[in-house]
Amino acid sequence: MALAAPRIGNAQAAGPIRIGEINSYTAQPAFLQPYRNAWTLAQEQVNAAGGINGRPIETVFRDDAGRPEDAVRLAGELVNAEKVSLLAGGFLSNVGLALGDFANQNKKLFVASEPLTDALVWARGNRYTFRLRASTYMQSAMLVEEAAKLPAKRWATVAPNYEYGQSAVRWFKELLTKARPDVSFVAEQFPALGRIDAGATVQALAAANPEAIFNVTFGADLTNFVRQGSTRGLFERRRVVSLLTGEPEYLDPLGDEAPEDWIVTGYPWDQIDTPAHTPFRDAYRKRWNDYPRLGSVVGYDTVMAIAALLKKAPALETEPLVDAMAGLQFQSVLGPVEFRAIDHQSTMGAFVGRTVLKNGKGAMADWRYADGKDYLPADEVVRTLRPQA
Amino acid sequence: MENLVLQALSGLASASSLFLVASGLTVIFGVSRVVNFAHGSLYMLGAYLAWTLVTSLPRGHLGFWGGVLGAAVLVGLIGLVVEVLLLRRIYRAPELFQLLATFGVVLIVQDLALLTWGAQDLLGPRAPGLRGSTEILGLRFPLYELFLIGVGPVVLGLLWLLFHRTRWGTLVRAATQDREMVGALGVNQRMLFTSVFFLGSLLAGLGGALQLPRESVNLHMDLSIITEAFVVVVVGGLGSLSGAALAALLIGELHAFGILIVPKITLVLVFLVMAIVLVVRPHGLLGKPEAAARGGQGSAEPLVGPAPAALRWAALAAALLAVAVPPFLGDYGISVLTEMAIFVLFAASLHLIMGPGGMASFGHAAYFGLGAYGAALAAQWLGAPMLAGLAIAPVMAGIFGLVFGFFCVRLSGVYSAMLTLAFAQIAWSVAFQWVEVTGGDNGILGVWPDAWAAPKLVYYYLALGLCLGATLLLRRVIHAPFGYALRAQRDSSLRAEAIGIDAFRIRWLGFGLAAAAAGVAGGLFAYGKGSVFPTYMGIPRSVDALLMVLLGGVQTLSGPIVGALAFTGLQEQLVRLTDLWRLVLGCVIVALVLFFPQGLAGAARARWEASRGDA
Repeated sequence: MALAAPRIGNAQAAGPIRIGEINSYTAQPAFLQPYRNAWTLAQEQVNAAGGINGRPIETVFRDDAGRPEDAVRLAGELVNAEKVSLLAGGFLSNVGLALGDFANQNKKLFVASEPLTDALVWARGNRYTFRLRASTYMQSAMLVEEAAKLPAKRWATVAPNYEYGQSAVRWFKELLTKARPDVSFVAEQFPALGRIDAGATVQALAAANPEAIFNVTFGADLTNFVRQGSTRGLFERRRVVSLLTGEPEYLDPLGDEAPEDWIVTGYPWDQIDTPAHTPFRDAYRKRWNDYPRLGSVVGYDTVMAIAALLKKAPALETEPLVDAMAGLQFQSVLGPVEFRAIDHQSTMGAFVGRTVLKNGKGAMADWRYADGKDYLPADEVVRTLRPQA
Repeated sequence: MENLVLQALSGLASASSLFLVASGLTVIFGVSRVVNFAHGSLYMLGAYLAWTLVTSLPRGHLGFWGGVLGAAVLVGLIGLVVEVLLLRRIYRAPELFQLLATFGVVLIVQDLALLTWGAQDLLGPRAPGLRGSTEILGLRFPLYELFLIGVGPVVLGLLWLLFHRTRWGTLVRAATQDREMVGALGVNQRMLFTSVFFLGSLLAGLGGALQLPRESVNLHMDLSIITEAFVVVVVGGLGSLSGAALAALLIGELHAFGILIVPKITLVLVFLVMAIVLVVRPHGLLGKPEAAARGGQGSAEPLVGPAPAALRWAALAAALLAVAVPPFLGDYGISVLTEMAIFVLFAASLHLIMGPGGMASFGHAAYFGLGAYGAALAAQWLGAPMLAGLAIAPVMAGIFGLVFGFFCVRLSGVYSAMLTLAFAQIAWSVAFQWVEVTGGDNGILGVWPDAWAAPKLVYYYLALGLCLGATLLLRRVIHAPFGYALRAQRDSSLRAEAIGIDAFRIRWLGFGLAAAAAGVAGGLFAYGKGSVFPTYMGIPRSVDALLMVLLGGVQTLSGPIVGALAFTGLQEQLVRLTDLWRLVLGCVIVALVLFFPQGLAGAARARWEASRGDA
């Protein structure tokens, strides 16, 4: 085998470098269509610029339909039948974890783009798995910083009843209590994902009469929650701190009913005029005749990270790739990003601001870019969170 | 106190919405006995069509309410088309076969809705005149919710008038009670079925359209409503409108107050309610026992004899291929074959209770998942080696099969099937929620085979050996006295009892055996994938098992095997070929249903028998 490997490498030298991408395309199209569009755009740009040392990159996309067991099967197909050099993708946390475990078992590099769960790089972290997107912990920490400045002492939380919602609430409680020992949590609601009974949930929160609310719901749950909440006056004289709500994926469907003055993480795509972001936005609009969503940023940057990796790595075998990935730096559309060697988490950040209504649509105002590297625990804490080889 | 009143009102509004959808479902089931899986899709289409109509019609009362009603009528017409083109042709197929057809419709609608309306959630306008809120006991309550609270009883009243004051309604009630007698009296059943389907679909569409001012319109609406609608229908009693209303009320209110006490109860509450109601009242709150099927005595399923020689040779050839070919395949091909072997056993285990046992199960994935969790938990907490894990899998699944089965096999027909679903969902929610032990939805990772079985080929032979062995064992059981007793109680429980067969015990043991066999499949699946997730016992996996059995044909022994191979193979190929795999798979299923109403193996047998008859 050791003798055969270089020969195969030479035979393929002229052909494209193949990337295997697995995602829940049919299950989560709202996030993943813009993601895939931007992925395609990035790949075209990389190849137009001469590819990787003259070799173009090529992606084989697969749909796991939201089932981790199917994702594992497809990962096997991509590695064994399609001969991809590395795996990427993942939207749902459990799919991400299943792929991460597959990568570890089969010694193949997996670049997780979107899954937010902390377990992916900490409790279940392994040598072969890296993650681009700012994790649940990081985004919660960004919001806690703002929440601690509020005068509110009585807090309520509402989050979808699965790992992401539970972890976000747990981190938020823990970090906020540390920053502000005087706060108390008076109510919590955990509606089933995608099936919120918004009227009853809003009423239950109002009954506890909190001064501020931490919201983790998104998508259809968020829309229904906001509608019932505004009609019933839940958000009046109460501050709301809300994860992901500033992302166009979730803010735009709300139209002119978008809530005002919520403190959110998100992506003010129309207002970021940096040298890294503006060309991306223009290129995306030109290519797809649509504006970029946050999913687009994630898709685009995943490709750019992989391109930077392929240029840096001395060889296309997994071990050199993994070695090159640890500590890899690249220029993302949001700013410089590094995949930390200590836990394989990238330092990609998020935008923190408040929501406003502009021209009958939700938008973000007073935002700032929170660099991910400032919202991760100290190295010695990370070492206790992640199994050390 | 004020808060509790408002909580109760919120519960009423949800109950009202739920009733609209459930009423259509229960009317359709009552008359046609079709388990209409596509009812949720009709609901979703109602919401999408209402969005399109309302946003394109001029603003104002006429535009809004006209749009809502227009959408409801359009959905009614869509339902009518589905009935005429598809369901009408397969009423004579075996029980539950229509479920397969309607599942095909679900897949088709999912992709068509995505293509038509795009991926982003849509937010409809609020209802004119009902935008704001009113004060009740000093607290604000949305006007539209008050309006919805009124809609439920009004629709119930109108339906009551329709069913009790018109000739058509009388016929529908008669058909609900005894459809053969109605046919014998010369009533045009085709018209009756079609019109009932129109009405039921219209109600689903209306239910969806009325959500427009309340909720966003999205692509997940279909599956999120369908299980709850089924629960309401079954808890109320199949075919009973007032039962559905009562059940919707019960579930809406329990939900509203339940989250005050246990916020995390949302996942499991409706299924807990259903389990309790069905255990106490086997025909739902207001349902009546099904009229004893008159045909029952004469229409016993054909006895399944030993396989004809040709089939034996074909099976032997297939088995030889399964052993000889894999060494020449790549790792991926081997892992697909491993999965197929596992699903063959999974389908065969369901077939034991569905075919010879005569009991449908909507929750068979529970035992698959329990087997997988049994193996994974043993590996994680006890450090058990793989073989021990694989041995624990059927024990765990079998024990729970006996516990759950003890309640399920007392019931009959769809009630029994829905109780299995309730237990499966309870098991699922435990796996989902008990994070400390099961890892919650992040699952248990690192369940890989021992070193000796790590090569894909070795693991394949292990899986093939166990699955083939267990499947043959199930086959043997069907031909043994136990299997004959199982079929006897299916065909005539009275006669079976009369000759001394303890029908309950036979069914119960059959259920436990099927669960244990599914557990073997689940354990093998866990080690094959390296990880275990709650999705292993989710509803989609149970539906997959049903589809495999129905696709292959319930009344043949090779049916589940053929069905599992066809379904897994189709899905595996389509996912790789096209982004629109749901559309294609749905169309293929619909076509198969139309051309092979006895299932694939059933059709093959019919052809075989016909050719021998000619000769």
